[in-house]
Amino acid sequence: MGILEVNGVNKRFGGLQALGDVNLDVQEGTCHAIIGPNGAGKSTLLNCLVGKLAPDTGSVIFQGNPVLGRKPHEINQMGISRVFQTPEIFSDQTVLENVLIPCFARRDGSFRMHAYESVNDEGDILTQAEEMLEEVNMLSKKDMMASSLSRGDKRRLEMAMSLVQQPQLLLLDEPTAGMARADTNNTIALLKEIKEKRNITMVIIEHDMHVVFSLADRITVLAQGTPLVEDIPENIKGHPKVREAYLGEAQV
Amino acid sequence: MLGLNNADRKLFLIVVCLVAFAPFILNPFPDNVGMAQFNAGYPDLMQKLVIFGIFAIGYNILFGLTGYLSFGHAAFLGVGSYAGVWMMKLLTMNVVPALIVSVVVAGLFSLLIGYVSLRRTGIYFSILTLAFAQMCYSLAYSVLTPLTGGETGLTLSLNDPRVIGVTEVDGNIPVPHFFGLDMQSAVDLDVAGWSFTFSTGYYFAGVIMLVAFYMSVRLFRSPFGLMLRAIKSNQNRMSYTGLNARPYTLAAFVISGMYAGLAGGLMVAMDPLAGAERMLWTASGEVVLMTILGGAGTLIGPVLGAGVIAYLESIISTINDSILHSWFQALPDSLENFLVTILHPFVGHGWHLTLGLVFMGIVIFLPGGIVEGGRRIGNLFSRKKADDTETAPEPGE
Ligand SMILES: Nc1ncnc2c1ncn2[C@@H]1O[C@H](COP(=O)(O)OP(=O)(O)OP(=O)(O)O)[C@@H](O)[C@H]1O
Ligand SMILES: [Mg+2]
Repeated sequence: MGILEVNGVNKRFGGLQALGDVNLDVQEGTCHAIIGPNGAGKSTLLNCLVGKLAPDTGSVIFQGNPVLGRKPHEINQMGISRVFQTPEIFSDQTVLENVLIPCFARRDGSFRMHAYESVNDEGDILTQAEEMLEEVNMLSKKDMMASSLSRGDKRRLEMAMSLVQQPQLLLLDEPTAGMARADTNNTIALLKEIKEKRNITMVIIEHDMHVVFSLADRITVLAQGTPLVEDIPENIKGHPKVREAYLGEAQV
Repeated sequence: MLGLNNADRKLFLIVVCLVAFAPFILNPFPDNVGMAQFNAGYPDLMQKLVIFGIFAIGYNILFGLTGYLSFGHAAFLGVGSYAGVWMMKLLTMNVVPALIVSVVVAGLFSLLIGYVSLRRTGIYFSILTLAFAQMCYSLAYSVLTPLTGGETGLTLSLNDPRVIGVTEVDGNIPVPHFFGLDMQSAVDLDVAGWSFTFSTGYYFAGVIMLVAFYMSVRLFRSPFGLMLRAIKSNQNRMSYTGLNARPYTLAAFVISGMYAGLAGGLMVAMDPLAGAERMLWTASGEVVLMTILGGAGTLIGPVLGAGVIAYLESIISTINDSILHSWFQALPDSLENFLVTILHPFVGHGWHLTLGLVFMGIVIFLPGGIVEGGRRIGNLFSRKKADDTETAPEPGE
C-alpha cells in the first residue's frame, strides 16, 4: 500500500485517448519519476491528481482517502502540492509575497478572515518564508516583482512556494526545464536534500535523464497514455521497450 | 502608532489634514472675485466629497484588490439610504441607528447578490451585478412603492412614529442629529473677503470617512488583503495553493457593499430623503470611474477620484453662458462669442462631456490614475526616491 495509488485511470479528449488504464503505486518517502515522449499524457495524469481534470474512469487514493471529486484547494490541503510545467506564480506580487501566500494557506487553511492584522507583524510566517527563499538562493530577490524574474527563477520560486507548504506529496512537472546547467544541479541537490531531510514523497516528470537518474527510486515509462514498464532506474536504462519508445527517440 | 508603517501613517495623517482643513483648502478664492465660481467649500459639496470617498474606498476593496468589476454597487448605496430613512421614520432622528441599519441591510443585500454573481467571473460577473442592480432599481421605482416611495422617493413626514425620538418639533419634522448635535448646523467664519463654512454634518461624515479609510489601510496590509490581491494575480495558483477564492471574493464583495451602505446612510443623515435614482446603473458606473480615475488598487486613489468627479459635477454643471461671457468680457466681442460657443458644450448639462474627456485622457496617458501621475511627478523631482519606489511600488503615495 503506497501513499498514492492510481487505479485504472482513463481520460479521453474527444477521439484522443490521453490516458489509458494508468496504474501507479507510489511508496512513501520515495521519488517516483514518470518519463515518456511529448504528448504521452504525463501532465494530464498530474492534472487528474490535483483536481484540474476529472478522469473518465478510475480512482486515485492518497493516504487512504479518495482524491477524485474534490476541489483543487481541498486536494492541496490534504497535502498534495504541485509545480506546473509552465510556472504558475502570482506575477503581480513580490517574490516574498509569493512565498507568504502558501505559508498562510498552510497555517490558516483554505479561508480565514484576517483583515485587521498586518502581514508585517506575522514574525513566524515571515521568517519561514525568508528561510525558504534562502534555501532556494533567492533571498536577495525577495522584493522583486515575480513577473520580472527569469524563467529559471520563476521555477525555483514556484518550487519554494510548494516546498514551504511542507506537503506529504510533491508533484513536479519538468522542474528543471529552462534552467541553466548550474541551476539544474542546484535543483537536484535541493530536491535530494528535501527528500532525505523531510521525507517528502515526490512524483517527478522530467525529460532531462541526468535529473531523472540522480533522483528517482522508481521510474514509470508512459507512452501514448499507457504505462509501458515500471522498474528501478538500473533496469529502465537498458530496457528494450523503453529504448524503442522513448530513449531511442530522444537520442535522435 | 495606529499599527501602520511609516509610509501609511504619513498618508493617513495627510488625509486627516485634508479632511480637517477642507473648508479652507476648497475655498481658495475670496467671495467677490469671478473665480469664486470654483470654490467648493460649501457644506453640500464637501459632504458629497467625503461620502463618495467612502463609497469609492469600499468599491476599491473589491475592484482594486480582487479585480472583480461590479456594475451594481449603487444598489447597495440605495438600499442603505432607504434603510436609513426608515430608521428615521420609525425609531429616531439620531443618525447612529440609521447608519448601523444601513450598513447591516446593505451587507445582507450584498451577501445575497454576491453569492449568486460570484459564481461567474469576468464580464459575466459584471453583467450579473448590473442585472441585479437594475432589478433593485425597478423594484424600488415601481413595485415596492409602499417601501420606497416610488417615483417621489422616501421622505420623512409629520406622522412618522419615531418611537424612541420625537415625532415633531414645533410642528416641523425634526432634523437628523448625532446625540443632539444638529447635522445641518454650520458656523461661518468671515476673514477679509473670504467666507469659510464649518458644517457639523461635514465633519461628522469626515470623521467616519477617516475611520473607513483607516480600516481599508489595515485591510490592504493584512493577510486577507494579500489574498485578495492574489486572486487578481492568479486565481489558478491560488486554488492549487490550498486557498478557496470564493469566500475571499464574497467577503470582499460584502465589505464593499457595507461601505456603499454606509455612504447611503450618510447621505440620508445629511439630507433625510432617498430616491430610486441613487440605484441607477449610471450611479454604479460613477463609482467605477472614481476608482479608476484616482487609481484602482491604491489606497488614496479612490478618495482623489471621488473628489475630482464630485467636484467636476458640482462646479462645471453650474457654469452657464452668462458666466462664460463674464470671463471673456475683456476680449473683443467676436473672440468672446467664439470662445463661449466652443466652451458651451462642456459646461452646464455638458459636464459629462468634460468628465468623459478627463477620463479618457487619464486612462490613455496615465493608466494608474491620478496616483500614478503624482508618483511620476514625485519621481521627476527626486531621482533618489525614484530608485526606492522602482523595486517596490508602494500603493498610495
Ligand atoms: N485539456 C486538453 N484538451 C484536449 N487535449 C488535451 C488537453 N490536455 C492535453 N491534451 C492532449 O493530451 C495529450 C497528452 O498531453 P500531455 O500534456 O499530458 O502530454 P505530456 O506527456 O505532458 O507532454 P509534454 O512532454 O510535451 O509536456 C496531448 O496530445 C495533448 O494535446
Ligand atoms: Mg507535460
